[in-house]
Parts: sequence; C-alpha cells; structure tokens
Amino acid sequence: MTKKVKDQPAMKERPGLVIWNKALPYIMVAPAMIIFAVFVIYPLFYMIYVSFFNWNMISEMKFVGLQNYTKMFSDKTFWQALGNTVIYVLMYVPASMILGTLIAVFIQKSTRLNKILQNIMFLPYIISLVSISFIWMWMMNYDKGLFNYVLSLFGIEAVNWLGGSDTALFSLALVNVWKSLGYYVLIIVAAPQGIPGYLYEAAALDRSNPVTTFFKATLPMLSPTLFYLLLMGIIAAFKTFDSVSIMTSGGPGNATDTIVYELYKQGFVSYRVGYASAMGVALMVIVGGISIFYFAVLQKRVHYQ
Amino acid sequence: MKKISILKIGKWLLSAVLFLIFFIPFYWMALTSLETTAQTLQTPPLFFVLKPQFENFVTAFNAIDYLHYFKNSVIVTAGVLIIQMVTVVPAAYAFARYEFVGKGLLFGLVLATTMIPSQLVFLPVFLILSKMGLINTYWSLILPQAASAFGIFMLRQNFMQVPKDLIEAARMDKAGEFKIVFQIMIPMARSTIVTLALLTFISTWNDYFWVKVLTTNETVRTLSMGMTMLREVESGLVSNNIVMAGNLIMLVPVIIAFILAQKQILKAFAYTGVK
Repeated sequence: MTKKVKDQPAMKERPGLVIWNKALPYIMVAPAMIIFAVFVIYPLFYMIYVSFFNWNMISEMKFVGLQNYTKMFSDKTFWQALGNTVIYVLMYVPASMILGTLIAVFIQKSTRLNKILQNIMFLPYIISLVSISFIWMWMMNYDKGLFNYVLSLFGIEAVNWLGGSDTALFSLALVNVWKSLGYYVLIIVAAPQGIPGYLYEAAALDRSNPVTTFFKATLPMLSPTLFYLLLMGIIAAFKTFDSVSIMTSGGPGNATDTIVYELYKQGFVSYRVGYASAMGVALMVIVGGISIFYFAVLQKRVHYQ
Repeated sequence: MKKISILKIGKWLLSAVLFLIFFIPFYWMALTSLETTAQTLQTPPLFFVLKPQFENFVTAFNAIDYLHYFKNSVIVTAGVLIIQMVTVVPAAYAFARYEFVGKGLLFGLVLATTMIPSQLVFLPVFLILSKMGLINTYWSLILPQAASAFGIFMLRQNFMQVPKDLIEAARMDKAGEFKIVFQIMIPMARSTIVTLALLTFISTWNDYFWVKVLTTNETVRTLSMGMTMLREVESGLVSNNIVMAGNLIMLVPVIIAFILAQKQILKAFAYTGVK
C-alpha cells in the first residue's frame, strides 16, 4: 500500500508530479491536523503558559511565577470542588458499572422484551441533558415533586433533593446514572468477546450456580470492555459540568461545585484567567494520569481471549 | 416446573420495574405538559388528565424564540458535519494508504487528541477564538469540532481493510487517486461514514457545553441553550406545565428519529466501545 510513488512509471517523466505525490499525504492530513493544532494541542500549551500570569482578559498579562499554583493549593474552594468531584466520581462510576453489568447480563438474550428494555433505557442517552435535567428538576421539586409525594405515601419525610447540601451531589449523580446507564448496558451487551453462550452451557452442565458462573466466567470475559468503560466513566465524571450548570449552579453553597465548574466560574465569571488556567493544568494532570495508568495496566493485566 | 415459573415471574417483575424506571420520567413530562398550572400545584398530583391543555404548547412555543434557536442548531450541526467530512475522510485515507515522513508522529497526535476532553481546553479555546474575533459567530461553535480524532481513527481502520488488489486493479485501469477515493474507498466505508455522521449529529445537536462557554449572547446560541431560557422566562411563576410542554416540543423529533432509526443508532453507539 505504501510504494505507489515508486510504482507509477509516469512519474519519472514529470518532476512536478513527483513533488505533488510527495506532498499529497500532507495536504490530505493538513485540514484535520490544523484543527487539532489550533483547538486542542496549542490550547493545552497556551493554558500552561497563561497559568504563570495574572490576567483578566483586558489588562496586560503580568508574570507571577508559581503564585497561581500556591494560591490554588491554599484555596479552600478548590479543594472543596476537587473533593466534590471525587465524591461524584465515587458515586457515579461504581453505580453505572455495577448496574450496567447486572442489567446487561439480565437482558443479554435477544428477546423482544429485552430489545424494548434496551431501547427505552438507551433513549435518555441521546436526549439533550437540558431536557433530561428539566424533567428531573420537576420530579425532584421539594414541595410539588413526584418523588416527595411518593415518599410521603410511605410516611417518609420530604427530601430536598437538589436544594439540600447533603443530597444535591447525590441527586446529580442519580440523574446522570439514569441518563447514561443505557450506554453502559449497550456497550457491555455488544462487547466484542460477548458473553459467549457456550460458557453458560458448560456452566449449566457443571451445575455451578449462577453467581459462580458470573464471577468465574462472565466477568473475566467482559473485563476488557468493563475496563474501557471504567476509564471512560471516570473521565466523564471528572469533567462534569453540564448538569451542575443546568440544575444547581454549584449550589447550595458550594455543595455541587466541581473542578470544571469552578474553573468556568474563575475564568468566565471572575475573569481570573491565570488562576483558572492553573486549575486547568491540575485537571490535565489528573485526567492524563488516569489515561496513562489505563494504558499501562491495559498492556499487561486485562484478560483477552 | 414450579421453580421455573417462579423464575419467570421474577424476570417479568424485574423487567417491569426496569421499564417503569425509564418510562415514568417521560410519562410525567407528557402528563405535566397537559395540565393547568393549578393542577401542577395540587397534592396529591394528578396521574392522568381528563381535559388536556393543548394551549400550553402554544404558550411554550411563544415563550422563547424557538425558530431562532432551531435555525442556529441546524446551521451549527450542518456546518460541523460537512467540515468534518472534509477533514476526516482525506486524513483517514492518507494515514491508511501512504507512507510519509512524520506519519507516526502525526498519527500519535491524533490518538492523543482522543484523550483530551473539551472541558480541559475550553478556556484557552475561548481566548483564541476571541483573538480571532469569532466569538458569537457560527464559526466559534463549528471550528473547535471541525475535526474528529475518533472519526479518523475508525475510518482509517476501515480503509486499511479494503483489499489491496482492488486498488491495484483500479490503478492498472489508470484510475487517479481521487477516482480511487471516491469510487472505491468511500463506497466501501459507507456504513462507517454514516455511523460517524450519526454520532456527530447527535452530539452536536445536543451539545450544551461549547455553546455555554463560547457564546456571550443569543446570536448563535442553539436549541439546547435556548431551552434553558424557557425556565428563566417562566421562573417568576415556575409554570412547570409550560416548561414540560416546551421540553416535549424539543423531544418529539428526537424520539421519532430514535424510533425510526433505533437499530442504526444503537449500532453506532455500540461502535464507540470497540476502540
């Protein structure tokens, strides 16, 4: 596939064509590479650069060395946002992974009922988070919402879902698990190695119980897929912004302030661009670290058939 | 026999619970959209309506400049789709079929790009776009998404699987590179291209993040952002019936599209898991 430049006899005759053929691959990748360079790669370096300055987008940039970083490490709000994000990750990721796996095993046989279940579970995933959030904000309404009414039927006191500082982060995680669970189920059901039927048949012949089959056969077979979902889930949870912005604006107090939302507030509300950039670098280290860890582990650990 | 039937009932019950968990929020939205404001505020809440208030939809439609946001959504989504085709297809082809100096490095860059979320770079991207004077223009929402690293990666795999003999035969027939791309490669990779386009369409249409961080007024804001105005317009009273009616107007096209193309959509998303 690679030697076409030499293969074509016509080219020796026309030097212009040789240059054209040499340049062609570069011309073909150029548009995409320019977009990546300008809107992904350069911004990363630019962000690192800006993080050493004090800047409000209007005034002159003022070099301050590591001051933004020292400020960040002693900033209670930053730590709170980081803490909130970690708690959110710890709620969202295990819930999605465990429920996703169990439901996938439950509906993996392709019957009509299972197809219907898979479809309705997947629907929220392709709907705008704004729409989903509006529905849930209404159902979670403190006075008139469906949830508190149902709780009241069981004599349980009304929960201030999105308005309580103890419950707001949990409520956000709940909405997002509901929204994306269908995706987790889909990816697990469609796993390349699948959940092979013969394993179940073998297990049935051995009369091993379903729980043993699940842990000894199903989970190992699924592990590459689950590991991939784990990475994606952690990164998705770490970059949570949309649901915070739509449903709670980081509140009440700072109870649902996440790193990306705090970064947004510092940059676009307080115009502390240098400081926000330092937070961006911190997030980059975290996300990059997770990705590197993933690929390092992937190289040796996960079971591939 | 008895054990099997208990198992079956359990399965049915569990299926029903699952179905309801995902169905009730949609039902609640539709129900609320047909109630009067007074009905939304009563306890116990209604579980069905006898006199549906269809005028809620008119109120919701007039509450925000729906057509303005709709137009913006169409322009941004179409722009991203078209430009992505122009950037992704040739790049994927070059990475699949040519050897050139720096190929490994450039492809490594593409792979690295798939791991960099937009939530990481939005602040510098805003600064760059504002230096270019593009904030509050359609370009500000199109350009940052104008190339897809995931798309290049997937399409390259696909192009590499096209049998070499087929290309050699075409070359024997003196077909030029462009003819080979358009008459052999693209038709062979058609289903991947459709899949990628579908994924881009859904993510761009629903996108809230870029619109939120890259616009400072309503000029080019899209539906997902415009919708949040629905709540603000109504927030004096929080008329949830109107908010839900506006929400339903937004959702009906998506739900219809999903019902019509659910197989392709599920296939497309299943594809994102096999990286």
